[in-house]
Amino acid sequence: MDDLKQKYLGQIAEADDESALESIRLAAVGKKGEVALKMRELGKMTPEERQTAGPALNALKDEINSALAAKKAALADAALDARLREEWLDVTLPARSTRQGTIHPISQVSEEVTAIFAEMGFSVAEGPRIDTDWYNFDALNIPGHHPARAEMDTFYMHRAEGDNRPPHVLRTHTSPVQIRSMEKMGAPLRIICPGGVYRADYDQTHTPMFHQVEGLAIDKDISMAHLKWVLEEFVKAYFEVDGVDLRFRASHFPFTEPSAEVDIRCSWEGGTLKIGEGDDWLEILGSGMVHPKVLAAGGIDPDAWQGFAFGMGIDRIAMLKYGVPDLRAFFDSDLRWLRHYGFASLDQPNLHGGLSR
Amino acid sequence: MKFTLSWLKDHLDTTATLDEILYALTDLGLEVEGVEDRGARLRDFTIGYVKSAEKHPDADRLRVCQVETDEGVKQIICGAPNAREGITVVVAKPGVYVPGIDTTIGVGKIRGIESFGMMASEREMELSDEHDGIIELDTGEVGQSFVDWLAEHDPAKVDPVIEIAITPNRPDALGVRGIARDLAARGLGKLKKRDVDAVEGTFDCPVSVTIDGDTLEQCPVFYGRVIRGVKNGPSPKWLQDHLRAIGLRPISFLVDVTNFFTYDRNRPLHVFDADKIAGNALRVHRAKGGETLVGLDEKEYTFEEGMTLISDADGVESIGGVMGGMASGCTEETTNVFLEAAYFDPVRTAYTGRALKINSDARYRFERGIDPAWTPYGIEHATRMILDHAGGEASEVIVAGKIPNTDRAYKLDAARVRSLVGMDIPESEQRQTLTSLGFILEGNMAHVPSWRPDVQGEADLVEEVARIASLTKLQGTPLPRLVDGVPKPVLSPAQRREAIGRRTCAALGYNECVSYTFIDQASAALFGGGEDTTLLENPISSDMSHMRPALLPGLLQAASRNQARGFADLALFEVGPAFHGGEPGEQHMLITGLLVGRTGPKDVHGATRAVDVFDVKADAEVVLAAMGAPARVQILRGAREWWHPGRHGMICLGPKKVLGVFGEVHPRVLDAMDVKGPAMAFTLWPEEIPMPRKAGATRPALDISDLQAVERDFAFVVDAKVEALTLVNAAMGADKALIEDVRIFDEFIGGSLGEGKKSLALTVRLQPVSQTLKDADIEAVSAKVVDKVTKATGGVLRG
Repeated sequence: MDDLKQKYLGQIAEADDESALESIRLAAVGKKGEVALKMRELGKMTPEERQTAGPALNALKDEINSALAAKKAALADAALDARLREEWLDVTLPARSTRQGTIHPISQVSEEVTAIFAEMGFSVAEGPRIDTDWYNFDALNIPGHHPARAEMDTFYMHRAEGDNRPPHVLRTHTSPVQIRSMEKMGAPLRIICPGGVYRADYDQTHTPMFHQVEGLAIDKDISMAHLKWVLEEFVKAYFEVDGVDLRFRASHFPFTEPSAEVDIRCSWEGGTLKIGEGDDWLEILGSGMVHPKVLAAGGIDPDAWQGFAFGMGIDRIAMLKYGVPDLRAFFDSDLRWLRHYGFASLDQPNLHGGLSR
Repeated sequence: MKFTLSWLKDHLDTTATLDEILYALTDLGLEVEGVEDRGARLRDFTIGYVKSAEKHPDADRLRVCQVETDEGVKQIICGAPNAREGITVVVAKPGVYVPGIDTTIGVGKIRGIESFGMMASEREMELSDEHDGIIELDTGEVGQSFVDWLAEHDPAKVDPVIEIAITPNRPDALGVRGIARDLAARGLGKLKKRDVDAVEGTFDCPVSVTIDGDTLEQCPVFYGRVIRGVKNGPSPKWLQDHLRAIGLRPISFLVDVTNFFTYDRNRPLHVFDADKIAGNALRVHRAKGGETLVGLDEKEYTFEEGMTLISDADGVESIGGVMGGMASGCTEETTNVFLEAAYFDPVRTAYTGRALKINSDARYRFERGIDPAWTPYGIEHATRMILDHAGGEASEVIVAGKIPNTDRAYKLDAARVRSLVGMDIPESEQRQTLTSLGFILEGNMAHVPSWRPDVQGEADLVEEVARIASLTKLQGTPLPRLVDGVPKPVLSPAQRREAIGRRTCAALGYNECVSYTFIDQASAALFGGGEDTTLLENPISSDMSHMRPALLPGLLQAASRNQARGFADLALFEVGPAFHGGEPGEQHMLITGLLVGRTGPKDVHGATRAVDVFDVKADAEVVLAAMGAPARVQILRGAREWWHPGRHGMICLGPKKVLGVFGEVHPRVLDAMDVKGPAMAFTLWPEEIPMPRKAGATRPALDISDLQAVERDFAFVVDAKVEALTLVNAAMGADKALIEDVRIFDEFIGGSLGEGKKSLALTVRLQPVSQTLKDADIEAVSAKVVDKVTKATGGVLRG
């Protein structure tokens, strides 16, 4: 029996392919194999002989079967290894291309601004781009002869012959949305209104269309000190700095009183803007307490309510934050610009994850 | 508004430095736009004395000078003809910047001899154009700063010029005195008294003035007088210096006087040559329309009805509040002058000025509002200045109309500063501020000075107090939350939908564009726009004349520009308004995507291909699904004419409810817009997607079967124009309970099928719900599928 074992285990070890292994299996443990023949001889044995020979033969059969299985696996492994050795790819070849889409900086910054003001309870209001001169001017305390009208470089819509209404305008600021929101929602009120606005001006730093965000808060006891805090918080959050100095300078807008231009402390070193440090001041927005006439125009009792309003350029703060040099390029749709200054689709700004990467 | 520091100091007694004044101006709301401090850049020039000057051994025209300076004797080579021994000069030592030649002086050798500096001419220091030689001073100590010497002997040369921006509410600051008043109120000095005694007339005014009854609103008052026997000519140096410093050209003394008071007191005046007033009578009246006048700017103007004109017996001589006429103006020869000080209504002046397109200093001031109460003083100040310099004899003053009453008063509520601005300012200080600005307080009532037309209510008093106290002192106060706890979401469903649509487009690989919302008429017309209702009255160019009817033209223009730059494969999108009319609200939100070229650059895998309709269909479906559109839609044809007639589809919920269109852009449109096609596009109307009925965030329970699904494939031969969706819908209808899904997986056209035929192959997926399907069940459903499809299409099962 030991001879048999030595013989077959030796053959199995030497086998070098699956067919050889199969021949060995048939010769050893197949139905007519040597081990099977031995098994048949068990019947002729005495019960005592059978008791030792039976288990020994079974053990031999098991051992040969395991050796066969192990050898089969080893041969398969070796065959796979041999095949894989041949399967070589130049993995430095470029991958299949996928398009990378981008979000325009104006959309991205609008969402950033919205995220910050939403945290302070401001919702987002919208209004038409073409508006009446009443909403754009009169309701905002800019009567027909007011020099501010001429200074605004207003685009007017064409009037058909016989239509004697004053021509509609392309809104020169987002402020008409203040009036529409007051009419619709009344007081108290906290809104921001981002959107496109128009002035007939086109040079290095002006485009005939640009984007503003307007803010308005109306309540019983809102003061300019609240305005200052809101803007401080906004600037810190937007520019992602720990602290920032804001300077309020007296100014004039027909729709606010008192009015202030707001500057932020900054430095320009080597052409790079740093917010919150240095000795320079950068004008970023106009603001003030809503003029009583404006409240009244929006249907809100100026003796009972007061509030603040502010407005700033979305394109401008986008340029400042992300270092975009030329306003005109925002509207040129140059693929190189869109890719360079655009944002990934999943870079949705929020306050828990941060506004920018 | 420009003025010089010394001009300001004519009105303000102050020890404040230039920097303190500049800071205060900006902080007060008189924003400093620029300062030209000519003294500052000459600070390093010092006075020297030429001890000796000898001819340069190697150059005839050069002198080797030994110059005494604050740093000892320096050798300086000089080529000026007047360089000689014994003169007092201005020296720039090495290291000093010389503005006129834009050079910093160094130590150098000139023809082999060292030179340690330079002696300067006026032009080299940009003091004048004088360059005939170096400056020779009559006085001056060696080593003394030249700027100090100038300040003492020729102050105009180093007088800083300040330019400030004036907001429309502050006409009073269009006069130097108004600026001085603000600074005095801030505590930067005292306002000087600058009154003059009235000049007694010695004869009756030979020119009469009348204002028509219907014109008194637009010209309520007119003061005038004749000064006879004057000698006109160049102005005295101080007056010329004042005007030149702020960029005005001195013309002649009489004209310069009017310009001076325009800037000094915001009091425009006009001078007529009295001998040219026909009939010795002036009449202020409303234009009938059609009158003409050649103005002082030598241009002819034609008037519209209602404009304020001043005429004599011969016709119009002057446009009230805007500009005088050429014919009756003063010249060097004028000896008898008629001086006008009037008040013109701001609104009327603004309209007239705008209509005539005249931007004069007078219009600028009258339309913002001058001080009507100062009219009689203005004429006296000007008379005094004329008599003092040009001599002559003044007539009595004649007055037509009367000074409009500007008296009004508002209650000063001291607590209002706290409640509106959030600053604590004691009442006494508030009263002091208002008083120093010229308000007169009677108890709690503050009477507004006649030069502040902008103050129209209590809030204005608060503004004045806060402005003078300085808003920089304002401390922020936290704005209380509207509700305690976690803030509620603020976006409307439509706003969220727009944001999701935008980000999904970007996720699909499109680059977002923001285009101008106005385009040229031809492009607008290609997309159903370009009508007069969307026409701009005053576009900045014909490329931007009409509000866009769609986003596609802007994207196609962008594609054309990018193609010209060498980018052929483009995926662009835009989210924004398009305009279907010119009334407010006649705009609608669109999302448009555009694919041009290939799906990507040529690659080694051969995986890219030309973009096609099914790319944009897929993208449109993904974006619509992201925005919450229902999955079951109809695809209809018949969209607008800028789509390829056979290669587009409208994604609809019924024939009137179009959620979007996808397809190939019409080749003729591409050609017109200079885009190398083909181009695929989709346009979606997010506002058309029905808003879901909000039933909370809970989803319905997931109902899935453990029983195995079975798939069976069928192929049908149908007419080539039969739409796949017809087959799918028919098959779906064969057994609504059992059939879970039907997918088209193959299309084969022509070939052995013959002309006009095609084969469509579809997989039907059966999902049993109660028991495993037996062969007989499957056979029964299959038969129904074949039956339904053949009935719906007229096709046959492919053998």
